[in-house]
Amino acid sequence: MLSKLVSKQIINHGLRLTTRAASASAQPKLVIDRKPPVKFQKLFINNEFVDASSGSTFEVINPATGDVITEVADASEKDVDRAVKAAKDAFRLGSEWRRMDPAARGQLLYKLADLMERDRAYLAALETLNNGKPFKDSYNVDIPHCISVLRYYAGWPDKMNGKVLPVAGDFFSYTRREPVGVVGQIIPWNFPMILLCWKIGPSVATGCTTVIKLDEHTPLTGLYTAKLIEEAGFPPGVVNIISGDGPHCGASLVKHPDVHKISFTGSTQVGKLIGIEAAKLVKRTTLELGGKSPNIVFADCDLDTAVEMSHFALFFNQGQCCCAGSRTYVEEKIYDEFVQRSIERTKRRKVGDPFDESTEQGPQISHEQMDKIIDLIESGKKNGAKLLVGGKREGDKGFFVQPTLFADVEDDHRIAREEIFGPVMQILKFKTVEEVIERANDSDYGLAASVFSKDLDKSIVVSNGLRAGSVWVNTYDNFDPVAPFGGFKQSGLGREKSEYSLDSYSETKCVTIKISQRNS
Amino acid sequence: MASFTSKPPKIEIKYTQIFINNDWHKATNGKTFPVINPSTGEEICQVEEGTKNDIDKAVEAARKAFHINSPWRTLEPSARGKIMRKFADLLRRDIEYLAQLETLNNGKPVTNSKMDIMGAAACIDYYAGWADKFTGETLPTTSDMFLYTRHEPIGICGQIIPWNYPILMLATKLGPALACGNVVILKPSEETPLTALYCAALIKEAGFPPGVVNIVPGDGPNCGNAIVLHEHINKISFTGSVEVGKKVQEGAAKSNLKRVTLELGGKSPLIICEDADVNFAVYVAHEAIFHNAAQNCIAASRTFVHSKIYDEFIAKSVALAKKRIVGDPFDPATQQGPQINKSQFKRILNYIESGKKAGAKLECGGEKANDKGYFIKPTVFSNVKDDMEIAREEIFGPVMSVFKFDSYDEVIERANATNFGLVAGVLTKDLTRALKFVQELQAGSVWVNTYAAMKAQAPFGGFKQSGQGREFGKYGLEPYYEVKTVAIKLLSKM
Repeated sequence: MLSKLVSKQIINHGLRLTTRAASASAQPKLVIDRKPPVKFQKLFINNEFVDASSGSTFEVINPATGDVITEVADASEKDVDRAVKAAKDAFRLGSEWRRMDPAARGQLLYKLADLMERDRAYLAALETLNNGKPFKDSYNVDIPHCISVLRYYAGWPDKMNGKVLPVAGDFFSYTRREPVGVVGQIIPWNFPMILLCWKIGPSVATGCTTVIKLDEHTPLTGLYTAKLIEEAGFPPGVVNIISGDGPHCGASLVKHPDVHKISFTGSTQVGKLIGIEAAKLVKRTTLELGGKSPNIVFADCDLDTAVEMSHFALFFNQGQCCCAGSRTYVEEKIYDEFVQRSIERTKRRKVGDPFDESTEQGPQISHEQMDKIIDLIESGKKNGAKLLVGGKREGDKGFFVQPTLFADVEDDHRIAREEIFGPVMQILKFKTVEEVIERANDSDYGLAASVFSKDLDKSIVVSNGLRAGSVWVNTYDNFDPVAPFGGFKQSGLGREKSEYSLDSYSETKCVTIKISQRNS
Repeated sequence: MASFTSKPPKIEIKYTQIFINNDWHKATNGKTFPVINPSTGEEICQVEEGTKNDIDKAVEAARKAFHINSPWRTLEPSARGKIMRKFADLLRRDIEYLAQLETLNNGKPVTNSKMDIMGAAACIDYYAGWADKFTGETLPTTSDMFLYTRHEPIGICGQIIPWNYPILMLATKLGPALACGNVVILKPSEETPLTALYCAALIKEAGFPPGVVNIVPGDGPNCGNAIVLHEHINKISFTGSVEVGKKVQEGAAKSNLKRVTLELGGKSPLIICEDADVNFAVYVAHEAIFHNAAQNCIAASRTFVHSKIYDEFIAKSVALAKKRIVGDPFDPATQQGPQINKSQFKRILNYIESGKKAGAKLECGGEKANDKGYFIKPTVFSNVKDDMEIAREEIFGPVMSVFKFDSYDEVIERANATNFGLVAGVLTKDLTRALKFVQELQAGSVWVNTYAAMKAQAPFGGFKQSGQGREFGKYGLEPYYEVKTVAIKLLSKM
């Protein structure tokens, strides 16, 4: 029952990811397949599924149990070459893709969205099996969002207008917005389907061709989507999808001379490495990296909403969100009340089998991640923060961590500065507006931030002052496809979703033609 | 060789009533009016006659649908787009039936009806994609202000469409209006209401809330006029003649200063330069005038040909015009169906007489093509002079008028010497010359080495008395939203 409340909150409030009509139909008589069959395990190149050239594979783990689900092809540098070649061929001048009516590109995206809608239950189950996120999130949040993102981008191809310019002299001068070319896209494991669609959307909309590297933890839904891409009717080579690791497969994609642009979502640490490599070839780069996002709760907020949304802001997706509200600043006046209510809420958070309807929190993605989280929890205790809920691993099978809450956190504690990427909430106290803005901005990150307050002035002034790419007021995790998302500072470069995302996939060409006499 | 079949195919007419609030209504005045098949001159059926009271009803419904917090006002923009795309899909689903109905009522060949329907669906798809993409702006200003613009729907939009492209015009009007979140009262031409009423049923099926789109068939003086003068209609978009367009603008101002866009007539020049390939030019010029039995605002009704290729052009154009197959629009061989009604038919024949009297040379055609229906033979006049009636007035019938020219500066001046300014076409291979024409021709669209390049993405509309405002493209959205500027003063000192 409580999970339904959270679900409703997510849909109507924070994540606003489905239309009212769709969310009403989100709870039909659904038969959940807890063991969805894995249908595609090979690399998708030129609309075909092929083994890795070395024949090697790697294991894919179910994080709820630690067991192996299946094996998929392990792409090496050679396979990256093959994929890039396919994308390059599909992009050559005069190709079907280059000559295609832009509106027809959009129709392909609409078709892909329709197929995803058709296979929504299967994709959601497969995502849950591979990633561990609760099925009700995969089904009600992740997959519908993917569909809406694709449909959003589908409308763009014949609307990316250039300009005719008021130049001086006898010239006719105009800009063309051309696709940047072959793009390499590297996505992480926390939102496999969502990030896949955030990448496919702008690439297809602008007319680029792409090679997408799936994260080695979570390749299954991406490889199934590859099949849908073929079914939708995309020409071969336009979207290629491969599974492989970072150091060999990803690095090779980044370094490849025929890839004109890289779009990477992942850690700041790896993002920097990619930036360095890409710079050697002046490769266009967009990065979506980590965050340590401040969530600021003022005394004049709606306390019920603030407590629930702050809980959601941190704990959603097992805390594995780049934009998690991982520093909760609470105004002194309501601090004790807020902490008390948050303790109660955190204690109520149901951890368990992600296929169970009542589960709110599934496992972390891997043993490694789990260890990292526990290590940071220990540091919190050592630094003197007050551990009030949880703090340990949950069970001994799978990678579950107890919902954990620290209060009286100080800005210099490791848990206040480093990205934990787990279900660990930090509550800090503040006195004044000026102080909290300064403390909120005191970070190398700048991905997101939020403000809870009923005051008009305060909401606007504080939003203006926060150095973050997304600022949410009295809500959290609003991911409308229309709204840009991306980081200030070391949280990234560039923006995803929205019209703003199109620029990074386009090159502007200015054409100037000499004419006999220019008139205005 | 096409025939002039006297018996049209059996086509079921499903909807003949007034569509308000997703419901069908009889006329408040209890009257109906006949709808004629122009291929035979015979009645197809009777349709409910909308007049002022029905417009008032429609306005009530539209108002409710537009009220703050209504389903339509609170619907997510992307959901608006989705419903619009559903409508486009339904147009394509029912294309066979719709094309037959369009041809029965309008007289255009079935292949043309199908093309129109595909174009209509593409237009709706295009605008559906805009619903969640056109944005207001935040504006840089002094630090004590938060300044931004909202693009809000205007409200109740009255739309009056003509009979030459019934379905295509409906889509052209609905697309931008709905993308911006408006509600609509659309009056189809009294000549051609049938496909509009069928589209009304599709609109309901697509899922538009009641009152968002209302379709009221009726005439100009009693129905259209009621829209033009209505105190609670916020905007009018009219496609039709210049004469009526002026009345629309007058009435709009007189009543409540409703916002006005007009797509009116044309007397558009097609200029064929000496370096154009003559066979290509003949083909382009032929389609440019005769398509849709020349019932096009964009018809290339003044064909300017360089003296160097003039004789060859005339000979080949006449040969092509003589080959044009006029007949039963349901016959797949037919290229040209009837004119829309008796009055147009007579008017065109009168213009042909005036051309002959004025001394233009009638090269071919010049008379009716059949006793029944309103068919006219493709007609070519050569040696037309700029001051002749057929050179200055919009004929809206299959009459090609060819003029000779020598210099390019001269022909541009002659092309511009008109109160119209809808489109112009230029055939030349020379880069500099093409761009000179583009710059100097006073027309809302200039087409180079092609004609009728109508695209959903390309704004379309007239200079001078050919209209005001643009349809299609991103520009097509502009007439359908109001800009609200919001300034929030920040009281704190930060």
